[in-house]
Amino acid sequence: MLAMIGRRLLAALPSIAGVIVVTFLLTRLLPGDPAAYFAGPAATPQAIEEVRARLGLDRSVPAQFVGYLGDLARGDFGLSLTTGLPVLRELINRLPASLELTLAGLLFAVAVAVPLGILAAVRAGSWIDHATRIVATAGVSLPTFFTGLLLVHVFYSVLQVAPAPMGRLDVFASPPPHITGLYIVDALLTGDAATAWAALAQLALPALTLGIFALAPLARMTRAAMLSALGSDFVRAARASGLSRSRIVWVYAFRNALLPVLTTLGMVFSFLLGANVLVEKVFAWPGIGSYAIEALIVSDYAPVQGFVLTMALLYVLLNLVIDILYGIVDPRVKLES
Amino acid sequence: MKRREFLKSSAAVAAGVAIGGVPWNGALGQARKDTLLAISENGPNSLDIHGVGTNRPGYEASWNSYDRLVTFGVKKDGQGNDHYDYTKIEPELAEDWTVTDGSATFRLKRGAKFHDGTPVTAADVKWSFDRAVTVGGFPTFQMKAGSLEKPEQFVAVDDRTFRIDFLRRDKLTMPDLGVPVPVIINSGLARKHATAADPWAMDWLRTNEAGSGAYRVERFQPGTELVFQRNDDWVGGPKPKIQRVVWRVVPQAGNRRALLERGDADVSFDLPSKDFTELAASKKLTIVGTPVENALQYIAFNVTRPPFDDVKVRQAVAWALPYQAIMDSVMFGRALPMFGAAKPVADASWPQAHGYATDLGKAKALMAASPFPNGFETTLSFDLGLAGVNEPICVLVQESLARIGIKLTINKIPGANWRNELLKKQLPMLTNTFGGWLNFPDYFFFWAYHGQNAVFNTMAYQNPRMDKAIDLARFAPDAATYEASVKEFVGLAFEEVPRIPLFQPYLNVAMQKNVTGYRYWFHRQLDYRQLAKA
Repeated sequence: MLAMIGRRLLAALPSIAGVIVVTFLLTRLLPGDPAAYFAGPAATPQAIEEVRARLGLDRSVPAQFVGYLGDLARGDFGLSLTTGLPVLRELINRLPASLELTLAGLLFAVAVAVPLGILAAVRAGSWIDHATRIVATAGVSLPTFFTGLLLVHVFYSVLQVAPAPMGRLDVFASPPPHITGLYIVDALLTGDAATAWAALAQLALPALTLGIFALAPLARMTRAAMLSALGSDFVRAARASGLSRSRIVWVYAFRNALLPVLTTLGMVFSFLLGANVLVEKVFAWPGIGSYAIEALIVSDYAPVQGFVLTMALLYVLLNLVIDILYGIVDPRVKLES
Repeated sequence: MKRREFLKSSAAVAAGVAIGGVPWNGALGQARKDTLLAISENGPNSLDIHGVGTNRPGYEASWNSYDRLVTFGVKKDGQGNDHYDYTKIEPELAEDWTVTDGSATFRLKRGAKFHDGTPVTAADVKWSFDRAVTVGGFPTFQMKAGSLEKPEQFVAVDDRTFRIDFLRRDKLTMPDLGVPVPVIINSGLARKHATAADPWAMDWLRTNEAGSGAYRVERFQPGTELVFQRNDDWVGGPKPKIQRVVWRVVPQAGNRRALLERGDADVSFDLPSKDFTELAASKKLTIVGTPVENALQYIAFNVTRPPFDDVKVRQAVAWALPYQAIMDSVMFGRALPMFGAAKPVADASWPQAHGYATDLGKAKALMAASPFPNGFETTLSFDLGLAGVNEPICVLVQESLARIGIKLTINKIPGANWRNELLKKQLPMLTNTFGGWLNFPDYFFFWAYHGQNAVFNTMAYQNPRMDKAIDLARFAPDAATYEASVKEFVGLAFEEVPRIPLFQPYLNVAMQKNVTGYRYWFHRQLDYRQLAKA
């Protein structure tokens, strides 16, 4: 098992190297001149050249790349000009916020989409099947920033049940001690129920926004996989043997339908990490997505490179986890193959 | 599991998440009363005003946590709101000063202490001023605007006495000491964090504050939040009323409005004009709009090449712009019109309205007499970073100029690239805003019209007559010469129209009704020190 994980990680190295090269080149190809931007509104051409030299942008692109690799090897992701802090520190501070949001959104999506998908398959052609289709289509066709604004309008402005969309905690609450960086988990670990509740309240709307977006692929895939499992010979055999309905659905059909659902889950998780960007903007969520987009707007290279690299590493880890889960769900799947 | 149970469980999950939002804790009521919650689109990227690339919100952080030697007085503006007064220079860290022809000598206030408790000395002032004129970039440039250029000019006479030796007599020297740049830094503390490669502790001061100002920085999370706590030992002015200031970054404009309307946030600048107009009409919040001093939104031409090197073409455009439509449907009335004056250049004030208005007859006649009687095609560029105002202006201008045969293509330039494009001076036509911190017509013209061709002279306009009048005004020996030369260059700018002013923008702020004491400052950031919350 461990040897397998090691091999998988080694196999990921070329793709990570590729990501490093491509992001480096892409950020250099972007229009915009960070030196002119950061030299300030009244800069003279000499002042801009001074700033360019200080940022190391006066060197040739290959020389910059070698410098960048050297920094990376030392674990230095560079300095963000927009926030004035080291990129690595910012990413480490902000990653838990993004993960907490994505995981909560995914949890919601799974909790709603999987039962809906199963129901739709078990009662194919019934009203619940159609309702699932409508919910899924609506969820995926609404852009996340729109869903987010709509939810803010309804739950915050009109119904007044949601707290202000201002980040991870109310302005007057202080964050729990840092353990995992996930506020709800940290607050629960330290037995601070009030803070956990406050963090959950802040998390509800953004997580809902993300979750709604992820409903469609999960519900559709669950339904399709369940339909094919329910139509298979072993289910017919089980029915003929007079097994109870719930046993047939859960033990025989669902267990077999789980594999494609798991694959979809992995994909959904990775694209939710990307969809985060807009949701973070709407809810002033201090995650890595909003960090990267702000840096991108002003051609601040280091955070963009750091962000893409972090995402690449996350994807590698995620794929590994999904592969391991395959083996647990279906012993027939051998990782070695 | 039955269908009904399924439904129940999934509904319960959905409800559970939705109800997750219901109320938090009532115990926070007390803290809320003493705390001001300000929200904005962007937060500071640095606490150091001398830093490379410190952004506008950074000026606000520095303004409230550091002191300067002097500050400006206050007056009432036309609507009865507090407005800083650049004619009155008042003490901040300096108790008093004497100015002679060759120097100014300041005496520091007794008992002035930095936030770590060390006393403020003249050596700190010298170190800070040396830093401002040495580190380069914006702070050095701003100091130079007041003829503060060399470390040798700054002398720490004794612990409480500090002297500035003048390089030349400059009317901007004293006002320049009250702008955000010449802050007094705790030099002992900063030096501890300086290195051989970084003798001015630029790295450390970016995220750490070492001032003596009215508020100390309690927590700084760039891009998210900044928390200030009142400094009860402050000697720079009357004790501020607000105990704590929380400044949160809320990137989404719609949410900023919702937060204000629900009463969760106390104050914000950053809203679209339309929102300000609607909020003002609803009367739930206090809305204050102040014309931004010495600032104008304008349309500029590249006067070095055809078609806009021809003055008739420029005048034709000036007669064809949809001025009133821009005021009504872009600015929603929240700006001062700068067009259609019955008698232009009646006095030596600036900004003042020019004589052009929308008159297609005159525009067509001028086009017919120009080298382009059948019109031409060109592009109109704007900064996407300020698309909220710029884009509708460009669309209206495009529509209007089509009627005199000028076919415009709108060219959107991303914010990061905008300044670069301005520096190249290649864009045939663009819209932009320019404002000068120091409120003098000659200061504005020196940057925007002078043949030295600074980046803000977006037209690349060079005219020896103009330069002569501007230079004369800058160092005018008496008021009569000054007024005559100001009238000369303003008149020339209107006649030659290398750029066409559209309006003077407002600085708008929305506050809860219980927030009082708002004061307009030339740096267009919030000063917490005068605010009160009932």
